[in-house]
Amino acid sequence: MAVETISKTPEVSVPISSNSIILRISRFNSKTDSSPTFAEFKVPVQKWTTVLEAILFVKQNLDHSVAVRYSCRQASCGSCGMQINGKPSLACYTKISELNSNVVTVEPMHNFPIIRDLAVDFKQMFATHKKMKPYIVREDSEVTPGTKEFLQTPEDVEKYLQFSYCIKCGLCNSSCPTMATDTSFIGPQGLAQAYRYVADNRDDGKKERLKIIDQSHGIWRCHFAGSCSHVCPKGVDPAMAIQLLRGYLLGFRK
Amino acid sequence: MRESIIMKIHYATALGAVALVAIHILFRMTQNFSESLQYQNVIANYHLLPYALMLEVVLILLSVHGFNGLRVILLELKQGIMYEKMINYGSIGAMAALIAYGSRTILMAGIGMS
Repeated sequence: MAVETISKTPEVSVPISSNSIILRISRFNSKTDSSPTFAEFKVPVQKWTTVLEAILFVKQNLDHSVAVRYSCRQASCGSCGMQINGKPSLACYTKISELNSNVVTVEPMHNFPIIRDLAVDFKQMFATHKKMKPYIVREDSEVTPGTKEFLQTPEDVEKYLQFSYCIKCGLCNSSCPTMATDTSFIGPQGLAQAYRYVADNRDDGKKERLKIIDQSHGIWRCHFAGSCSHVCPKGVDPAMAIQLLRGYLLGFRK
Repeated sequence: MRESIIMKIHYATALGAVALVAIHILFRMTQNFSESLQYQNVIANYHLLPYALMLEVVLILLSVHGFNGLRVILLELKQGIMYEKMINYGSIGAMAALIAYGSRTILMAGIGMS
């Protein structure tokens, strides 16, 4: 794919100081463009400026047509995942100062269809997530009269707690080498969520979930590269979840 | 067949092949390497029934493991219902063909038809 670089002249005056960086933003519209181009902007930064703030500076002052998805600005919503200097990261959680570079390149996440610029399509990831039955499956309910609260010990909670921190940002799927070639692969996000509920002792849906992931593009296609765990901004370890799930399927775990 | 069963077979054939190929290599060490490749010595292996049976098992293990591995690689390269069916059945066919051809060689050498 040919990548052409275009440099845009700022329409407003930007303070030129040593505390400014060149922000390279990948521009691509799936409806009109055949390949992405890079637009370069000079952006003033402070020690605490995040990549998202730099992109929003560009949107507000230099080019309002830059497409970026964001919401909470505090690594909770999982909207602003993108490739920052080649690494999948959350733009709101990455400070410019920690990148140690005067040139910051932002691109859309890999392994997702691009809608426009930095915004990617999450449709397939959410569909896969839904397929994993991301809820407690059981006959009775805590809210039915006559039933009791489903109590768990701290040890029971610990088995799945870290996996419940997933914010569905898609960074793990974006970094997965299997997902780069196998578009039908469930992916680390879906598999980690399957484990989150399989490991929950309140849940009775283990058999159904194991059946869903035990298919030709399921859990067995993971090559344990571990990049999913490396990039997760919430400290979730999908690679470990996949190995633990394999234990259930191979009969090592009950 | 469920993928977990296929992968259990995949892992078991790998372990089995490693063990039997190790025995095969140890047998080569009973004489010089060049000697072990001489025509009469190679044929003698096939005339020893337990050894010929072990070679047959090695053939089966390596064919099953190898073609399943190739199937997995090809499934990851490209997706599509027709393509995947072709790969799955093609792997089984190739596996069966290789085992049949190898077994024929072992059998013919064993009964002295070579």
